[in-house]
Amino acid sequence: MRSVASTVLTLVLFATYLGIGALAHDTHFSLAWALASTAFVWAGPAQIILISTLGSGATVVQAAIAVTVSAIRLFPMVVSVLPMMRTPQTKRRHLVLVAHLTAVTLWVECFRFLPHVPRERRIAFIHGLGGGLVSVCLVATTIGYALAANLSQLFAAAILMLTPLAFLFSTARNCRELADGVALALGLALFPLAAMLNSGIDILVSGVSAGTIAYGVHRWRAGP
Amino acid sequence: MSDFIGDWHALLILLIAGVIPNQIWRMLGLWLGGGIDEGSELLIWVRAVATAILAGVIAQILVQPPGALASVPGWLRYSAVVAGFAVFMVTRRSIFAGVVCGEIVMLSSKWWLG
Repeated sequence: MRSVASTVLTLVLFATYLGIGALAHDTHFSLAWALASTAFVWAGPAQIILISTLGSGATVVQAAIAVTVSAIRLFPMVVSVLPMMRTPQTKRRHLVLVAHLTAVTLWVECFRFLPHVPRERRIAFIHGLGGGLVSVCLVATTIGYALAANLSQLFAAAILMLTPLAFLFSTARNCRELADGVALALGLALFPLAAMLNSGIDILVSGVSAGTIAYGVHRWRAGP
Repeated sequence: MSDFIGDWHALLILLIAGVIPNQIWRMLGLWLGGGIDEGSELLIWVRAVATAILAGVIAQILVQPPGALASVPGWLRYSAVVAGFAVFMVTRRSIFAGVVCGEIVMLSSKWWLG
């Protein structure tokens, strides 16, 4: 629990979920709906995209596509996090909850905290950290839902701005290998180009190409 | 109580458009990621792609802003990020200082612009 309290990202998450609660209220979803989306979707950008696309009158299929494209990042995140906590005795079902809890914040914190946690205790550590973060966000969703009517436009903009700022800096701090830094910079730079294609999967296009180039740079630097 | 739950139809939509499109990727990661060795070359590529996709999500929020953020002009959104990043580097990678600075730049300029 100390880890939950000590991270700046928890504060950012809290504010982001205030915003999501308020957004859900303004789009006329029920509080139970908002809480269920926080607990079971558990990915801030996906929830913002889901609520705003449904709120703007898009069909369920359109909303599902927009959400799933933003959620593709969860796949490589889960793949890269799980090996850090597996032991020879670990069964796949032990990792289901870890996979569910994996989102940007947890992904970033895994690389920060896990090296200090003994391997056999890592799954329990992540359950605690992730459960704590989900609880904090459920509270924030409820408060945001209740406060929605009183939020100003400027405050709402400030909350939405938190996501890119916090994601950018927390990822930048985690860049240990050259490949990570190159991937981050190229990923930012290539998205506007990929967006011109207007393919609906722009993020996937820019992400895979930037990530692959970054890996190429890593191989090239490592020598033959 | 019915106010709290709302209608079941909306919860069904949440399942179809929100929960399943997300969880499918996590469970795929669990299923395929089970056998990869920590420290393998493949994992470096996977992590680079995850980082780059995340960078794309960041860029998307800045370039195609949702909701209230669209009321902030583009140049202001970008300068807030650049200023925040400068402070982040100067303060030896303090996320807190970077986020606070970015927010202050955006809020004060927006307030000053009226």
